[in-house]
Amino acid sequence: MNAAAPQLELRRVVKRFGGVAAVDGVTFQVEKGEILGVIGPNGAGKTTLLNCINGVHRLDGGDIRWEGVSITGMAPHRIAKLGIGRTFQIVRPFGSMTVRENAAVGALFGSAAARRGPKEAFEIAEQVLELVGLNDKAAYPVSALTIPDRKRLEVARAVATRPQLLLLDEVMAGLNNVEIDEALEMVRAVHATGVTVLVIEHVMRVIIGLCRRAIVLHFGQVLAEGEPEVVLRDERVIQAYLGERYAKRLRASDGPQDAR
Amino acid sequence: MIATLEPLLKVRGLTAGFNAGPVLFGVDFDIGTGELVALVGANGAGKSTFLGVASGLVRATSGAITFAGEDVTNARPEALVQKGVSHVPQGRRLFGTMSVERNLLLGAYLRRDQDVRNDVARVVDLFPALKDKLSREAGTLSGGEQQMVAIGRGLMARPKLLMVDELSLGLAPNVVDRLIDVIQEINRQGTALILVEQDVLVALDVADRAYVLENGRVALSGTAAEIRDDRGVRRAYLGL
Repeated sequence: MNAAAPQLELRRVVKRFGGVAAVDGVTFQVEKGEILGVIGPNGAGKTTLLNCINGVHRLDGGDIRWEGVSITGMAPHRIAKLGIGRTFQIVRPFGSMTVRENAAVGALFGSAAARRGPKEAFEIAEQVLELVGLNDKAAYPVSALTIPDRKRLEVARAVATRPQLLLLDEVMAGLNNVEIDEALEMVRAVHATGVTVLVIEHVMRVIIGLCRRAIVLHFGQVLAEGEPEVVLRDERVIQAYLGERYAKRLRASDGPQDAR
Repeated sequence: MIATLEPLLKVRGLTAGFNAGPVLFGVDFDIGTGELVALVGANGAGKSTFLGVASGLVRATSGAITFAGEDVTNARPEALVQKGVSHVPQGRRLFGTMSVERNLLLGAYLRRDQDVRNDVARVVDLFPALKDKLSREAGTLSGGEQQMVAIGRGLMARPKLLMVDELSLGLAPNVVDRLIDVIQEINRQGTALILVEQDVLVALDVADRAYVLENGRVALSGTAAEIRDDRGVRRAYLGL
């Protein structure tokens, strides 16, 4: 533990599949307490990067450090215990269990989980469901949840592991603008409890609404990094990722909020 | 679109749902030959259920559906495909371990003519990115390419009406651009299209008309421009 070190640091991280480098020498830092956006084309390596951070993939090169200490090669459950939680793009709740039970499962894993029994796990589940706005539906079977609520539950399960850093993988895909705004409130509420957030999204409304800093990945490398307002007007980013329609809408509107 | 023509798909008083109860309540909906219509609304409003009924996957409990002047209420899915209704489902639903070409050919499963191979070439013309990938397993393609295969598979049945559920789901903005360009090209070639889309602005940009579903009912319908400028819609769906 090094007080001066960033909370998370990636140094020239490489992950190959066959001959293809899905992540090809990525270096960046996540500061404690920030909300960092990661955007980029389909296949740019965003999800692979999350899988490297939380230990699903073994690195082919480089190093990942948590509070100054290397976690490269560590198993996913140990990384979760250190305080890195994540959501998955395709949500897979336990279908036969209630919303409350699903959240409680999260509380039985992750940081400090060894000290928790079921009773405490259910207490944590209550708090977390309140935080994400699902407390009214705690007794529902998962099958009764709408898509936006399923996304909330996915976040709740990750937050119940009590992470210090939360990795969100496209939790807002498939939501309309108003549903997205509600989900942004949820992420802000989680962030306000002191959780650092790294968010992957294709919806710029999310990146602009949450992040002070964004990283653009392209072919496994960092193409651009900076404030969203600047990054999203970067000609290379428009070329590689946003496209002309988005750029036009951005220029036509007073601000990016109009452009989604 | 000339108003006096009989619509290609005409839905009247449609009520439908699942065991838990109805999802759609008395929906009226028309789309004309060659029209591009957007169907928007919150999650759970009934948009996918509507497409499910129109493609024969979900039973109508009351109401009537006609397609090209013929009653097709609760017709079987394969009968509807044969009549010219293709459905590109949410989440693409490709056969991931089959090749791209096999996936496309499955879209022509009911056809007995000899033109099927030519139509694969037609799909590749529309989506040049698929050209070198016909023998690849569909599951190894990027999300955007998978969506291209799903649309291509729908076209292989030579539909008069193509219904696309959540075109932009999980896709990068420039990929959505390219797909929208192709959607417009398909439409120009004479296929009517229903676009269900969460990115409402994208859908309204290219649609002729739009319907807004709310809790299983049509809350509003009109030209795309009217819907885009409607204050209630701007507040409720566009978040403006």
